[in-house]
Amino acid sequence: MSSSKLVEEARPSLIRGLRALLFRELKKWLEDPVMVVMLVLQPLIWMGLLGKAMNINALFSANNMNLPQQIHVPGDAVLSPPGLRFVVLNGTKLSQFFNELGSKMMQGVFGTTDYFSFMSIGMVSMIVVTTTMFSGMSIVWDRRLGFLGKVLSTPVSRAAIIFSKILNATLRAMFQATVILALAYLLGLQLSPTFTPMNLLGVYAAIFLLSVGLSSIFIAFSIRSTRLERPMQFISLITMPLMFASNIFFPINLMPDWLQAVAKVNPLTYLTDAVRQLTILPTNFTALAWDFAYLIAFSAVFAVIGVLLSWRYLSL
Amino acid sequence: MKGDVIRAEGLTKVFNRSVVAVDHVSFSVRDGEIFGFLGPNGAGKTTTINMLTTVLRPTEGNAWVMDFDVVKQAKEVRKVIGVVPQEYTADEDLTGYENVMLCADLYGIPRDVAKKRALELLELVDLIDFKDKRVETYSGGMRRRLELACGLINRPKVLFLDEPTLGLDVHTRAAIWSYIKRLKEEYDMTIFMTTHYLEEADALCDRIAIIDHGKIIAMGSPDELKNSLGGDIITIAIKERADVTEIIKGCENVKEVRYENGAYRIKAKDGEVTAPLIIEALRRRGYTVVKLSLTKPTLNEVFLEYTGRALRDSEESRESFIAHRITLMRARR
Repeated sequence: MSSSKLVEEARPSLIRGLRALLFRELKKWLEDPVMVVMLVLQPLIWMGLLGKAMNINALFSANNMNLPQQIHVPGDAVLSPPGLRFVVLNGTKLSQFFNELGSKMMQGVFGTTDYFSFMSIGMVSMIVVTTTMFSGMSIVWDRRLGFLGKVLSTPVSRAAIIFSKILNATLRAMFQATVILALAYLLGLQLSPTFTPMNLLGVYAAIFLLSVGLSSIFIAFSIRSTRLERPMQFISLITMPLMFASNIFFPINLMPDWLQAVAKVNPLTYLTDAVRQLTILPTNFTALAWDFAYLIAFSAVFAVIGVLLSWRYLSL
Repeated sequence: MKGDVIRAEGLTKVFNRSVVAVDHVSFSVRDGEIFGFLGPNGAGKTTTINMLTTVLRPTEGNAWVMDFDVVKQAKEVRKVIGVVPQEYTADEDLTGYENVMLCADLYGIPRDVAKKRALELLELVDLIDFKDKRVETYSGGMRRRLELACGLINRPKVLFLDEPTLGLDVHTRAAIWSYIKRLKEEYDMTIFMTTHYLEEADALCDRIAIIDHGKIIAMGSPDELKNSLGGDIITIAIKERADVTEIIKGCENVKEVRYENGAYRIKAKDGEVTAPLIIEALRRRGYTVVKLSLTKPTLNEVFLEYTGRALRDSEESRESFIAHRITLMRARR
């Protein structure tokens, strides 16, 4: 039989290989719904505890002051006009005044009057981190189980191997983010009046960009690793600073200068801001453009680095 | 020689700048033969396969498969080879059929061709009835057969088998080999395999390279290797405590005598004829022979001859290695 002819008709292509490998990854994922639930549960708990229990709104509200109807103020506290013995203030009015002041402060600090809305959008960034960081581990698994060796001995493009991991992580992150957004909406997320369903396209584009960039980093770090400890350690090292040195929980302009500097290069800051601009804030298009510019640059740079590294270093 | 299916010249792999896994290995594999690498665990067999299949970059030296350089023309090499790795690499969450199709996609085989071929291969390895079952439910022998089907999906000119029967019981091993032979005939391939089972190498390989500590210590057909020992092995023990080496050496056909573990290990031509002569000579001097055995040389004797160790010693660690692999596989789920 003319096996040479049969060999020739095979055309290894990036797209075919990528699709096949991605199909495998996704199937693996769908086979394990428990993992999906666990991953959603984590930010849900954060959302519940930090967003609802730590009720920052209440700090800025007069409702908890229990102001009496009439408040007696000694006259010497009042400078003008002078000589009054005492003044009686209207408690209800004062309460309203404090509430308005509180709202203004919330607005000034968080950009919205509802802290829950503010931080639940931050949870979208958090789920992107916790989902993409597993992409590095899966390469180590494939290496240890021999699957990577088998794939490497086929003519499939090395880039397809890396991109299947990146895209898998990205699709997972986008799915998980959808769940988070839906849950946040059910739990009382307040959308801004400028929100339209079309904005969701922007939200997904931003999530896509960050996921590609982050999973490229996580994969690049374990591209040569044969042990699971390495990506695990890397994950635990980077997750905390990545989340807290950003605007996920708190606006960065209230942070000390050094922390602001870190937060300003942290890509999570840009994703969070972009998604907030598109959902809960009145959209500021200049800020949004900057967010996207940063995210595009970030994902492009790290995806290219990931692929270059894989061409050079992806082996057993 | 140019034209040989596989050529290696001074092939070397050093890990972490200090561990020499493969040490200046040179050999060539001719068209259509089954060439075996025989050696204990850690001898460098798998590392050699990994370099020939372009998965590992050699530290030094060159190798060609079908005249394609394994480093500079890696992509060409990958198109013409099939690899059946040591591990069970099929994805547990996919069905047997899906696994074979995954391989086909990696090679870029047109879908319609791939479908036909996948079914044909699954039929050949008797997995057609289980093709839609998840690999998780497969036994060890079934998984090995599935790996074979995957490795053959691109109709390779050269098939690399890394310990194809590792961890399988004797019965399943025989079955796997009948499949391999059938496939070899069907597809007209050259096979490069590694094994640490002596009987397997002896029965199946046209030529063998014995490898130990990264070096090839002997190479040839099984018969050549066995004949190179220069005869049969006679083992004799006597009742008396005395050195009878000289008496034995005086007998006809005796080539070499060594005293080992309370018995004389004698290398001699025509063992059946020589053994009675030795017994007679000893009895004439008043010694009593209490034990006698005659073995035709096996590859184990060859290995023993060149390394001073028996190859079988390494088998136990193999089994624990497999157990570890299986645990790992379960853990990924």
